[in-house]
Amino acid sequence: MDFALSEEQKMLQGMARDFLQKECPKSLVREVQKDPSGHPRELWRKMAELGWQGLVVPERYGGTGGSFLDLMVLIEEMGGACLPGPFFCTTVLGALTLTGAGTEEQKRELLPLIARGEAIITMALVEVSDRWDAEGIQCNAQVKGDTYVINGTKLFVPYAHIADQLIVAARTSVSDVPESGITLFLVNRKTEGITITVLNSINADKQCEVQFHDVEISSDRMVGQSGGGWPVIQRTLERATVAKCVEMVGGAQQVLDMTIQYAKERMQFGRPIGSFQAIQHRCADMAIDVDGSRFIAYLAAWKLSEEMPCPREVSIAKSWVSEAYRRVTKAGHQVHGGIGFTLDHDMHLYFRNAKAFASAFGNANWHLNKIVNDDTSTDVI
Amino acid sequence: MDFQFTEEQERFRKEIQQFLDGELAAGNFKPQCDAWIEIYDPEFTKRLAQRGWIGLTLPREYGGQGLGPLDRLVLTEELLRYGAPCGAHWFTDRQVGPCLLAYGTEEQKSEYLPKICKAEVSFALGLSEPEAGSDLASVKTQAQLDGDHYIVNGQKVWTSAAHHQSHLYLLARTDPDAPKHKGISEFIVDLKSPGVTVRPILDPTGGEHFNEVFLDNVRVPATNLVGIENNGWKQITSQLDYERSGMERLMGNYPLFDALRKYVHRNTDRGKALSIDPVARYKIAELEASFEVGRMLIYRVAWMLDRGILPNYESAMAKLYATEFQQRLTDTVIAMLGSYGDLTSESKYAPLGGMAVSAYLFSPGLTLMAGTSEILRTVIAQRGLGLPSK
Repeated sequence: MDFALSEEQKMLQGMARDFLQKECPKSLVREVQKDPSGHPRELWRKMAELGWQGLVVPERYGGTGGSFLDLMVLIEEMGGACLPGPFFCTTVLGALTLTGAGTEEQKRELLPLIARGEAIITMALVEVSDRWDAEGIQCNAQVKGDTYVINGTKLFVPYAHIADQLIVAARTSVSDVPESGITLFLVNRKTEGITITVLNSINADKQCEVQFHDVEISSDRMVGQSGGGWPVIQRTLERATVAKCVEMVGGAQQVLDMTIQYAKERMQFGRPIGSFQAIQHRCADMAIDVDGSRFIAYLAAWKLSEEMPCPREVSIAKSWVSEAYRRVTKAGHQVHGGIGFTLDHDMHLYFRNAKAFASAFGNANWHLNKIVNDDTSTDVI
Repeated sequence: MDFQFTEEQERFRKEIQQFLDGELAAGNFKPQCDAWIEIYDPEFTKRLAQRGWIGLTLPREYGGQGLGPLDRLVLTEELLRYGAPCGAHWFTDRQVGPCLLAYGTEEQKSEYLPKICKAEVSFALGLSEPEAGSDLASVKTQAQLDGDHYIVNGQKVWTSAAHHQSHLYLLARTDPDAPKHKGISEFIVDLKSPGVTVRPILDPTGGEHFNEVFLDNVRVPATNLVGIENNGWKQITSQLDYERSGMERLMGNYPLFDALRKYVHRNTDRGKALSIDPVARYKIAELEASFEVGRMLIYRVAWMLDRGILPNYESAMAKLYATEFQQRLTDTVIAMLGSYGDLTSESKYAPLGGMAVSAYLFSPGLTLMAGTSEILRTVIAQRGLGLPSK
């Protein structure tokens, strides 16, 4: 049993914290929020110089071959900094999926570009049903000679509007079992028949509607086996879900730190408001939410990193952390009082992220439902 | 990071499970909620002692097993999972042993630790007083040195199992003129000493666990002073960090949790399995998730102790979170069972073996003992987050 990060991970954490403090100030976050691309290009380039996009890319494809847990250390810090942009989708949805399921040619083509910060990848998965399971995938891809023709609409696709490649989930055969007949394709954003619309949403992340109208894709752009897409998606989804939890942990920690700082400084009735028990007890509850989130998220992250099966832990983490981060940001707002309730203050950036991240990859209710479905409690008594 | 137990620890877990399965098969106990504190079964305790499972973390030279806090975590997790009757030794094993090891004289260690491991002595905790609850440092019970004895006068309350145990681990004032945190000491008191009167307090379930203990000119040998005179507050606060954060805070009513999960799969409400009822599903899943979070908060403290890191706010956090979880659990069970949830175990209609009512009635105590939730939130805020006290 070991609750601590390794020495190398602690170094990475410290480096990431310093870097983001300097290079990703809230002024940049606000600028990017207003920018239609939602992409901090200069920061992206600097991150690539540090090798961040290639952290989990294997060495032979130009990355550093770090573990999933190493990536979590970075993503936690990004959550604290409210880093906007396509890092999450490119590494977690893109690099991890391609490393696991891409063909040798696809890996050689894309992984070095990802590692150099020269490719943005995303995944087009969810549709109008907002279902994060196999039944949600209704887009179809029909065989036509040596190609497939994709039709349908994807929603909530992160950064599709600037992505170089989209990993698209579509049905290549009809089956009574929703999990079979799903195939993944690597699709260039600029392929004819694709229409992308950015959906305005609560935070800086750009989520898109992606429409496919008779989009022709060569069969060598298939990722994994024909009809074998679901296990690949599941693997990516589990990792993305937990990575999102870890990103929330970083945000929640930051909100707690800001709130404690403010409670120590803000004077009312001749004393710091942090000396009042009403404030102290609220802060104590925030601290429980932060620590609880951290350990339950890292429990799942560690299991994934060790390739242990853990669907239950993933759902427990997402259901719990989603609610905890929202509670923390609400409490943070409350302790900050009026000063925090302005567009100029940073608090709403976290409040927005907490809401958006809670919905990503299935909200608390979605995952609570999964917990009971997967309940295989075999207690002896 | 690594969130698994070692192979040895998993083997140990199996061994405990086999033993407890055997005990169940032999009809030696019935799984019950709050059995770690409420059910006194010295024979069961003796059988644990024979296996070396009391004083597990004490050094071998004193009769212990020389194992670590994580090994003890495995043991307690299983005892609680089975709802095993541990009231005869829990407090002694959990905190008196470690405390004597940390602060006791060589004579005290040689005398008491082997007996603790053999379950030949057992301790009640003489901490709270009528006027010293959350403000524990206000204890008034006095211990005055008179030659080679201390003369103890005063009253303790909520003294767990004092009517059963052989000794009292006493917190008393040795310097009435010093500031309140600086005049307190700890003692071992033989409960058979003249002048000791133990009067049980019935808790709301009707259970006899807590007591009032009256000390009237009780002569305690000066050699029974634990640690340094007037250093008792420092000693007790580190002891409380052990006391607070054990698995019992989360799993005291685990048999009820387990029964509930089975119940929703087997039982129907108006012809519909409860397990497909959206409200029931939501509540069960929320409890499952919260339980795992509690487990992590408690594991963290055990891991810190294992690494020799002194817990600070972490044990307060674990205790607070876990006991509030247990209250939510009993609330949820009661709500799901409808009118049947009101029936006590005597009724043939009582579901879940009637566990729900007594667990529910006992649950308010969980957030009072060993630091109220309010005190613990203050500990987290001030010690953990560094918020000012004024």
